[in-house]
Amino acid sequence: MNAIIVSTLLGVVMMFSGILLKNKSLLKYIAIGGLLLLLVANFCQTYGCYTIVVNSHDLLRFQKFGLFFNSIAIAATLIYVILSGKDIETAGNYPAEYFALLFFVLCGVSILCGFNSLLMLFLGIEILSIPLYILTGSDKRNLKSNEASLKYFLMGAFTAGIMLMGIALIYGATGTFGIVSPSIITAPNGAVSAPKASFLEIAGLLLLFVSMCFKVSAAPFHFWTPDVYDGAPSVFTSFMATIVKAAGFFAFIRLLEGQSAILGPTWKILLSFVIIATLLVGNITAVFQQSVKRMLAYSSIAQAGFMLFALYAANDVAKEGILLYATAYSLATIGIFAVLIKMKDYTLDGFNGLAKTEPVLALTTTICLLSLSGIPLTAGFFAKYYMLASVIKTGSGLWLVIIAVLFAAVSVYYYFRVIQSMYFKEGVAETSEITGGFKAGLIFVAALIVLIGVLPSVLLNYFYF
Amino acid sequence: MIPLLLILIPLLSGLAVFLLKDSPSTKAFALVSSLATLVLSLMAVFTKGALTYDAAWLPGLGSRFSLLQDGMSKMLCLLTAISFPVVFAATYKNVYQRSAAFYGLMLLTQAGLLGVFLASDALLFYFFWELALIPVYFLCSIWGGEKRIAVTFKFFVYTFIGSLLMLVGLLYVYAQTPDHSFAMQSFFHANLDAHQQNAVFALFFIAFAIKMPIFPFHTWQPDAYEQSPTATTMILSGVMVKMGIFAVIRWLVPMVPLGVHAHTNFVVTLSVIGMIYASLIAIRQDDIKRLIAYSSIAHIGLMCAAIFVQNQIGLEGVMIQMFNHGINVIGLWIVADVIEQQLGTRKFSELGGLAQKAPVLAILFVVMALANVALPLTNAFVGEFLMFNGLFQYNVWIAAIAGISIILAAVYTLNMIQKIFYGNTVEKTVQAVEVSANVQWVLSILVIIVLVMGVYPQPMLDLTKDTVTAIFANR
Repeated sequence: MNAIIVSTLLGVVMMFSGILLKNKSLLKYIAIGGLLLLLVANFCQTYGCYTIVVNSHDLLRFQKFGLFFNSIAIAATLIYVILSGKDIETAGNYPAEYFALLFFVLCGVSILCGFNSLLMLFLGIEILSIPLYILTGSDKRNLKSNEASLKYFLMGAFTAGIMLMGIALIYGATGTFGIVSPSIITAPNGAVSAPKASFLEIAGLLLLFVSMCFKVSAAPFHFWTPDVYDGAPSVFTSFMATIVKAAGFFAFIRLLEGQSAILGPTWKILLSFVIIATLLVGNITAVFQQSVKRMLAYSSIAQAGFMLFALYAANDVAKEGILLYATAYSLATIGIFAVLIKMKDYTLDGFNGLAKTEPVLALTTTICLLSLSGIPLTAGFFAKYYMLASVIKTGSGLWLVIIAVLFAAVSVYYYFRVIQSMYFKEGVAETSEITGGFKAGLIFVAALIVLIGVLPSVLLNYFYF
Repeated sequence: MIPLLLILIPLLSGLAVFLLKDSPSTKAFALVSSLATLVLSLMAVFTKGALTYDAAWLPGLGSRFSLLQDGMSKMLCLLTAISFPVVFAATYKNVYQRSAAFYGLMLLTQAGLLGVFLASDALLFYFFWELALIPVYFLCSIWGGEKRIAVTFKFFVYTFIGSLLMLVGLLYVYAQTPDHSFAMQSFFHANLDAHQQNAVFALFFIAFAIKMPIFPFHTWQPDAYEQSPTATTMILSGVMVKMGIFAVIRWLVPMVPLGVHAHTNFVVTLSVIGMIYASLIAIRQDDIKRLIAYSSIAHIGLMCAAIFVQNQIGLEGVMIQMFNHGINVIGLWIVADVIEQQLGTRKFSELGGLAQKAPVLAILFVVMALANVALPLTNAFVGEFLMFNGLFQYNVWIAAIAGISIILAAVYTLNMIQKIFYGNTVEKTVQAVEVSANVQWVLSILVIIVLVMGVYPQPMLDLTKDTVTAIFANR
């Protein structure tokens, strides 16, 4: 509850500071301060210190898992603002509003971390999405940005309709908006018999599934992703592809972990299809991209395929894994995007020779890319490790895991092409001005990736406290 | 404590070299660090019994930072520790751009290799397995030949696919261990029925077969050896291929004995095909590096076959041959590098009569080359004799077919000696001079090792005896 209220208030504060402040460069620092405050507020609640108590009538239920995830999202946003704050200010004409919208998105994330009712899920998703439509179109003079915004909005509205339809059907079948409806509870002897579910309920669940697949850009509902990610100003693509996407996954898992039993064995077949399609589309298409930004858009689809394993396995390992995966993926992607924004040319050739001109940028980008490819000693390895381990622990789906690792090998191809450009090819990569603080931030991100890669317990131990 | 230091010294000094400025002192620093590692590994060799180290690492996953240095590890650590100073000394005159990064990456590779040979925790083993690969990728791609980027990438993706399949195998076995732990002993006692063992065998064996490499998985190797900077090639073929063989003996055989047993015929056949096939291709090569690369495939094939026939004498042969092959092949690479640096070519058609110009080099090279053919009195004879003995006990015909590769080895090796060193000098070799003192010294040391091991191999056999007995005691 703390985070929801504080982030809303901070959004309003940011808007007003845009009017009241003459010096726009202060906005970034206010946002950083606000995010720190938000982080503290969320931590307070995690450790049982409620500053604000609101009776939500069980529409919201905050558990450690969700609150911890929220902390990760806020911390990732903090890193993002520290690294790319300057670029947010220059993305368009209204910097204060952009920061405000970021806080509103975080409000949506906080709701998604604690929703206990389908209504709240819908509210969370919408609060999360609407600011993003605006942010996507914030580069007003750019046609591509406008196109992306419109496309995102139309597709988003369309999916919101599907989601509402699903919620309505479930409500019709069960008479409640609660996400754990009575018919789903397994038999008292522990036997997982397929619970009786009406046709309406199954149809509703499938519609919800489709709409969530859209939100996390899982194939075959991914078509908006490359265009939107490519068209949006890079600095906001970074935010969309990481924190927002991770939050979507969290909601997805929270929504379906209990309900999947309704669908019985069909559920795993359906999910396997989505996973393989997502891995296939993301990885294979990314191979052919010349623009690094577009490659990252497809890579985000490919990574979503891996994150879907958490849904497939739905056990304790998967829960830890999704936390780790979201962290590892967000850190690495934020790092790469922060560098990408500074580049004059977004194509692979634009990175040629970056190791000579900006060795620190090249090294940190390399660590981020290694993490995304899942090489040991980086956070990405343990992220993939947990995902694979969670599926193997279920005792079935070994074939799915083998397919996934083969696609992981494909992913090495396109991630390493950037490394090849930076280190092995001749050229003069042009960048805008790089400050010492920016480099320090990048080194911090890279160090964090390596730290989690060597000792994932530094992150996961909090989960158990 | 020694096992831990063996990893820490190259790791920390490797990281430290990165911080140095590019200057000749980086070479000296790397050389000193690798000599320190050599001293440590000698200390390990002369310590009785297995050395261990154990520390907490990932309690949640049941993985510990545990190291075990038994006879086989001691031997391979010694090989690694000898190789690096030898390589650094032999290429001391070579000038590398960004030398700090070059030597840093080399030392990190050493840390990874030593880690692989020491790890007694499966997840830790996987970590080092990859740690050894990443620096090599950068070494080959930055300092390699013309086609380096594509070739190294093929090498990387190939081995990475293998690694990932191995990771799946690791996780699969881990799920079946009684105490949910990655410790070596838990892995050896995992509840796997014959069917599961076959699946696990396939997942692991592909990774190891790519690394060795065994016949159908070998296509990355000649290109990678040819395009890598020679210092890295020496490490790749001298030490890194032993990772695959080591891993089969250390992990695969005790972990899935039924799986290994079921695939014996299959693997031995593949290995023997690879031996003949690689030897035949080697005969047709016109490039020193490619010839050595194919010859290396043939030798590795024999080692792999000798493991899978699963008798004690064959395995003893593998142990000693792992060490000897490393020494011999590094010697050959050093000569190849000297010729390329001095004359600017590696093609036999452009060489000849070098013995008149560089007699010392010729003598040293001939000894190394004869060791490559496994002539008696050279080190390789001992190993190959034991391995063929093992093959013979398994199947006479297989041994006979495999034996053809010895004749073929003599054909291509003698052909190489003749074309490079004898005959009349040609355009490129007229200006040739004797090699520098550091190369002479290094090659002399290697030749001494070759001869000593050829005449008196018993200490090496004694060193690795505990590993061999342990493997056969468990059946």
